[in-house]
Amino acid sequence: MDLSIILQFIFSGITVGSIYAIVAIGFNIIYNATGIINFAQGEFVMLGGMLACTLSRYMPLFFAIVLSVLITALVGSLIELIFIRWLKSPTVLQLVVITIGISILIRESSLHIWDEQVRALKFFTGNETTSINILGANISPQVLWVIAVCSLIVIFLVFFFKYTRIGRAMRACSENRDAAGLCGINTELMVNLSFLLSAAIGALAGIVVSPLTQTHYEMGGDIAIKGFTVAILGGLGNSVGAVLAGIILGLIESFSVSLFPSAYQDVIALSILLIILIIKPQGLFRKKELAKLKEF
Amino acid sequence: MKTNKFVMLFLILITIFIPVITYIFNINFLLIQLTMSIYYTLVSLGLCILMGYAGQISLGQAAFFAIGGYTTGVLTTMNFINIRENYLINFLIKCRILTFDKGFYGEVIYFSPFVALIIAILISILIAYFIGFAVLKLKGHYLAMATLGFNIIVYKIIKGTKFLGQADGISAIPGFKILPFLVIDGSNLNRITNFYFASFLLLFVTWLFFNLINSRSGLALRSLHGDEDASNAMGINVTFYKRAVFVLAAVTASVSGFFLTHYNGAIGPSEASIIKSVRYVSIVAVGGMGNIWGVLFSGIILNFLSLRGVFGRFDDAVFGIILIIIMSFAPHGIFNKELIFEIYNKSIKILVSKFKKDN
Repeated sequence: MDLSIILQFIFSGITVGSIYAIVAIGFNIIYNATGIINFAQGEFVMLGGMLACTLSRYMPLFFAIVLSVLITALVGSLIELIFIRWLKSPTVLQLVVITIGISILIRESSLHIWDEQVRALKFFTGNETTSINILGANISPQVLWVIAVCSLIVIFLVFFFKYTRIGRAMRACSENRDAAGLCGINTELMVNLSFLLSAAIGALAGIVVSPLTQTHYEMGGDIAIKGFTVAILGGLGNSVGAVLAGIILGLIESFSVSLFPSAYQDVIALSILLIILIIKPQGLFRKKELAKLKEF
Repeated sequence: MKTNKFVMLFLILITIFIPVITYIFNINFLLIQLTMSIYYTLVSLGLCILMGYAGQISLGQAAFFAIGGYTTGVLTTMNFINIRENYLINFLIKCRILTFDKGFYGEVIYFSPFVALIIAILISILIAYFIGFAVLKLKGHYLAMATLGFNIIVYKIIKGTKFLGQADGISAIPGFKILPFLVIDGSNLNRITNFYFASFLLLFVTWLFFNLINSRSGLALRSLHGDEDASNAMGINVTFYKRAVFVLAAVTASVSGFFLTHYNGAIGPSEASIIKSVRYVSIVAVGGMGNIWGVLFSGIILNFLSLRGVFGRFDDAVFGIILIIIMSFAPHGIFNKELIFEIYNKSIKILVSKFKKDN
C-alpha cells in the first residue's frame, strides 16, 4: 500500500471513529448520571439524521440542523420523563429491557413517519464530487466537517462539565446522587438533562455524518452497539478514553476492509467487543481496582 | 405438583381435539401457524429458564435458533450425486449417514436429517459453552450487550457468507422422515401429524423442564434464583449452573430452529435478526421469568397472533410496547398469582366502594 491509500484509510477511520466516540460519550453521560445503559442511544443518531433530511427541504440547512437537534433533545428528555423517572428501584434487567423496548418503539415510529428509504442530507460545502487533496489522499470536505464538529462537541463537553454550574452539578450527581441531593442539587433535573444532552449530541453526530453514510430507519441498532463497544474499550464513563477508543475502532474497521470482505466489517468490530468484554471489561485505559468501585 | 399434572393432562386433551375442531369448522389452515408458533414458543421456553432461574438475560436466542436451522439447511441441501460412485459415499449411505432420495429435480444424495440434528445440537452446545464460558462472568448490561453482539455477529456472517445463501437464505430443504408416517415438512397431507408432533415435543420439553426444576439440580437453580451470593456460600457451583442453563437454552433454541426449518422447507437471515431475539425476550416477560406455564401460554398466543398478522404493520412495535409496559408495571409477568390477586382485590375494593356510594 502506498502512502495516499493509507492516508485515505486513516481519514475514513477517523471519520467513522469520531461518530462512534460521540455515541459512546452519549452512553457515558447517561451512565454516569443514572447507571443505565441506554440501548436507545443509536436511535437518537438516526432521529437527528432523519429530521434534518426532512426539515432541510423547508428551511436553510443551518436552521434545519438546529431545529432537529432541539427536537431530538426533547425526545430524549421526554423518554426520561415518561418511561424512566417514576420507576421505583428498578433492576438492571428491567432497565435493559425497557430501553430496548424504547429503541424498538422509536425505530418503528420513524418507519411509519418516514419510510424504508435511505436518505442523505446534502453536503455542507460542495457536493458529492468535491474533494480536497491532502498529501495525495482525496477526501470529501464533509470528512473535515465531521472531524471538526465532533472535536467541538468533545471540547464543549469538557468545558461544560468542568466549568459550568450545571455541568458540575451533573458530575456531583454522578459521584453520589444522595449527597448531591443533600447539597441542594435538583437530581431529577440533572438526570433529565443527561438524557437531553446525550440525545442532542447523538443527533448532531447523526446529522454531520448523514451526507457520507446515509440515514436509514434501521441504522440505530448497529451504531449503538458499536458506540457501546467504544464506550467499553475506553472504560465505561470515561469520555476521554471514548475518543481514543473510537478512533482506534474506526481505524481497525477501515483497515480491515483491505484484509477481509467488507460484509464482515461489523463482525470484526463486534468480535473486538466480545474479546474486550471478556479479557478487560474495565476498558483499555483503566485500572482494575478503579473499575471495581463502579457497579455494573 | 398436582396442578402441574392436571394442567398437563388438560393440555394433552386440548391438543388431541384441536385438529378435530379445525376439521369440523374447515379452518385447517390455522394449524400451520399454530405449529409454527409452537416451535417459536419452544425457544422462549429455554429462555424462560435462563432468565428466571439463572437471572441472565440473553439477547442471542435467535442466533442459536438460526444455528440449528442453518446447520440442517446446509447439510441437507448438499448434493453428492456427482460422486455417487465413490466407495465412501456408498458406505455412508449404507450407514444411513447419507440419504439417497428421488427428489423433484432428479436424484439427490444428502446428509440424513438425523445426522444434521445431532450436528446442530453439538454445534450449539459447543458455541454456547464457549460463549457461556466467557460471557457469563459478566453481569447485567454487559451480558445483554455481549449476547446482542454475538447475535449480530451471527446475523452478519449469515448475510455475508455465500454458502449460507446470504440475504436469500436456504430453500428447498427436504422433509425430515422420522417414521414412515411421520414426516416433518410443509405438505398439506402431513399437517395434522406435524401439529401433533410439534405440540407433543413442546409438552415433552415442558415436562423435562419441570422435572429439572424439581430435581436436585433444580434446587440449586432455585437457590440461584433467590440469591446468587447466598447459594455460592452454600457450596453451589454458581458458574457451572449458569453455564449449564445457558447451554440448555441454546440447545432448545437450536432444536426448535432445526424442526421449524424442516417444517417450512426454508430459512432466511431474518430468523437471526435482533428483533427476533427481542421478541423471545418479550414473550418471556409477558409469561413471567421462570414461570413455565405462563411462558407457554403467552408464547403460543402472541406468536399465533403475530403469525396471523393481527398486528399488521405494527408487528414489531407491538412487541416493543409490550416490553415497556410489562417491565414497567408487572416485571414478574402477567401470569402471576400475586398480580392477579392484587388486581382482583383492588377491583373488588373499587366495586365495594362504588356499591357503598350508590346506597
